[in-house]
Amino acid sequence: MPIAINGEDYPLPADPRTSLLDFIRREAGLTGTKKGCDHGQCGACTVLVGGVRINSCLSLAVTNDGEEVTTIEGLGTLAAPAAMQMAFVAQDAFQCGYCTPGQICSATALLEEVAAGWPSDATADLGAAPELTDEEIRERMSGNLCRCGAYANILAAIREVAEEAA
Amino acid sequence: MSVHLKQDRPDTRNVLDKTRQGVIGAPLPRPEGLLKTTGTATYAAEYAAEGCLEGVLVTVPVVRGAVTAIDEEQVRAMPGVVAVLSDKRMTGRPAQGMAGEAPFQPAQEVCYWGQPVALVVAQSFEQARDAAKRLVVECRGEDAPLDPAAVDAEESESTRQGDLAHAMAEAAHSVDITVTTEGHASAAMEPHAALAQWDGERLTVHASLQMLKFNRAELADSLGLEQDQVRLLSPYVGGGFGSKLGVSQEVVAAALAAMQLGRPVRVVMSRQQVFQVVERRSETHQRVRLAADAQGRLTGFGHEARVSNLPGESFAEPVLQSSHLLYAGDNRLLRLEVARIHRMTAGSVRAPGEAVGVQTVEQAMDMLAAKAGIDPVELRLRNLPDKHPENGKAFSSRKLAECLERGAAAFGWEERPRAPRHTREGEWWIGTGMASAARVHSVVEAKARVTLRPGGTALVETDMTDIGTGTYAILGQVAGEMLGLAPADIEVRLGDTELPPGSGSGGSVGAASCGSAVFLACEGLRRKLAERLGINSDDLTLKDGFVRWSGGEKALPELLGNAPLDCVGHFEPGDSTQDLAVSSFGAFFAEVAVNRWTGETRVRRMTGAFGFGRVLNARTARSQCLGGMTWCIGNALTESLLFDPVDGHLANCDLAEYHVPVNRDVPDCEVLLLEERDAAASPIQAKGVGELGLCGGAGAIANAIHDACGARVFAYPMTPDRVLAAMPEG
Repeated sequence: MPIAINGEDYPLPADPRTSLLDFIRREAGLTGTKKGCDHGQCGACTVLVGGVRINSCLSLAVTNDGEEVTTIEGLGTLAAPAAMQMAFVAQDAFQCGYCTPGQICSATALLEEVAAGWPSDATADLGAAPELTDEEIRERMSGNLCRCGAYANILAAIREVAEEAA
Repeated sequence: MSVHLKQDRPDTRNVLDKTRQGVIGAPLPRPEGLLKTTGTATYAAEYAAEGCLEGVLVTVPVVRGAVTAIDEEQVRAMPGVVAVLSDKRMTGRPAQGMAGEAPFQPAQEVCYWGQPVALVVAQSFEQARDAAKRLVVECRGEDAPLDPAAVDAEESESTRQGDLAHAMAEAAHSVDITVTTEGHASAAMEPHAALAQWDGERLTVHASLQMLKFNRAELADSLGLEQDQVRLLSPYVGGGFGSKLGVSQEVVAAALAAMQLGRPVRVVMSRQQVFQVVERRSETHQRVRLAADAQGRLTGFGHEARVSNLPGESFAEPVLQSSHLLYAGDNRLLRLEVARIHRMTAGSVRAPGEAVGVQTVEQAMDMLAAKAGIDPVELRLRNLPDKHPENGKAFSSRKLAECLERGAAAFGWEERPRAPRHTREGEWWIGTGMASAARVHSVVEAKARVTLRPGGTALVETDMTDIGTGTYAILGQVAGEMLGLAPADIEVRLGDTELPPGSGSGGSVGAASCGSAVFLACEGLRRKLAERLGINSDDLTLKDGFVRWSGGEKALPELLGNAPLDCVGHFEPGDSTQDLAVSSFGAFFAEVAVNRWTGETRVRRMTGAFGFGRVLNARTARSQCLGGMTWCIGNALTESLLFDPVDGHLANCDLAEYHVPVNRDVPDCEVLLLEERDAAASPIQAKGVGELGLCGGAGAIANAIHDACGARVFAYPMTPDRVLAAMPEG
């Protein structure tokens, strides 16, 4: 089965060593997904697989046969950006921009996870539906490193989108 | 047409305050923002090139020695492998910032653990990576000094004035502390990468570099090419923080492979290689001595530091840089020495010098305040020198007192002598601390071309880079302000050596240097427009695409006609700062919680107040300060390069083990930007801001830890074990 990336099918790679990240960047030519560490330590390669965020560097492409992958390019485009992509611009939630697609994929998934009631380390009451506090957002975004230090603005951007949606 | 200015005198005209467009300083969003948030901005490794081969660097696990044999045949037989390069022109170390010449060659002469010595090139990345791992490199290894404390150090600089020992002996209050800081990594999120193409005569390289005009010279010199045979492109750089100041090993290796094979070759360093082979910030061993009278006025100031670097490297972490001018004290001793050891090259990591030097002085000041029974803010205010305490030069401008006062007010600083352990919440001690910020100012030569296009839009071009700093935004704003155009009508092209050579990004020089070049180009264009109207350019007002003068008004496109009008601005630093002390200043305030059982420290809030000349874009400037304050947290609490004392390897060479701050480590941060005009600093009255936010803030956190729990920790980072060990009983 091919891998569907942003709704387009790509045949599985011939080389089983190819990571999903390299597959996306090279074989699909979608370079919006970034390689920061190749070891699942920085989050720059975050994409959504079946709507759930993963580090694509930690997944072999061949294990994703039949999956539906959404990358930053699938969330929005220059002509039709997603609300999160615009909020990141409005809040200056990036500087160099390299971790940004991963941050935005993570932020997009985060809102879904909270809405679905998934708890985190910052959730005070595991029995109750988590509230989208600043601490919840910070905790859930802590798998995405930003060396420029835009975290405070990333928080503001996510809050902006969450509040608009509410 | 071109306009050249060697700035020999302060520029007090404040032209940008008289122009009418009203965009300079405005908190405008970055023009390239949506490119970055949609994944459309293209970084070095991401360009498509027909038939591109993939190269992987091969490193060796010895600290000193020489390569004696490389078993190429074995890997040449592997699928997809095209070549194994061990060219003598490969570089073993990165170039230092603004070197402009080849770094250490040949790569096969090994000087530190993990030095790259060869490049494996294959059809695919997976093939190249596999072959690189299997390549057998024989290396003659030798012992080498690894411990900076165990070798005789060379003196790098020293200043002696009066008699510090006597001042210490006579002082009503004195402090004498020894503090260590461990090495830091830049850890830019984009790994170093290069894609090289050779057409038989000219080399084109997409690379991730900060200072292209210097990098072109470094690369050409490394390869034995003329500079005009080399074109470098870095329109987007995924962070630099010093690590991409000079041309690094993968750029030279990719270029050599492309030239040898006649095909495009891409080389991207692995994250581990980035840690192991590009520049580190040296660890430091510092002693600070303060002598004061009964009122807390400094009579003596001493700051001595030992740093390290490889043999042959001229760079020495300039720990004392701002210590020369921050505080008073007639009796002074400042001394820097360098130990020659075999760790990877020490060089510039964001805010070299001040990033580790100021916080140490600020810890000592906190201790002096406690001894003298004076509020820490007040102690600093009492000790701001009227003029440079060593050379007597006047300060060009200094907002330090205002930063201390306004920062304290914004933070809600409680004025009192400090007594620790005043507040506990559950198992957490709560405390506050503060520190001054200082970063010396400099500018470098820069050129930029500005073109007014028919139709009334403008184009700004320079090889300057935007490494996240906001260059695209601010250069458009300088041009927009001068030419009376909305930033949306200005296109800014950066990061291509075909364009006029700018300053490059590094040492916080970029905004003032390149901003001044754009300013000069626009002054030239304004004079041209005035000439066409037969008026003096002082009588010219440009706003919203209209040209107005005392005698009338015209739409800019009408005045321009069908031909573009361009001007190259050429800015050169001159003697304007010769008789002045020029520096940016600020103040940090931090509140922390320290766990009484584990020693863990959490920063709960921070305030920074900064004065750095004219603010060119309040939004991107604030982001620079926020970024610096985020680095303060890592610097204070978590970041340290750890070297194996036996074999010299870097033990924590990835982002799991080298702990940069994550989102949850960073609390609410407030940034105050104090408007200032520094006429000597640049013709646009701007200084640098990219590093100031990192210069001293770790000291505020250290002082807050003491205020919270009573622990004086003299080793950075202040990890839980160190805090616990220093915590008083009870």
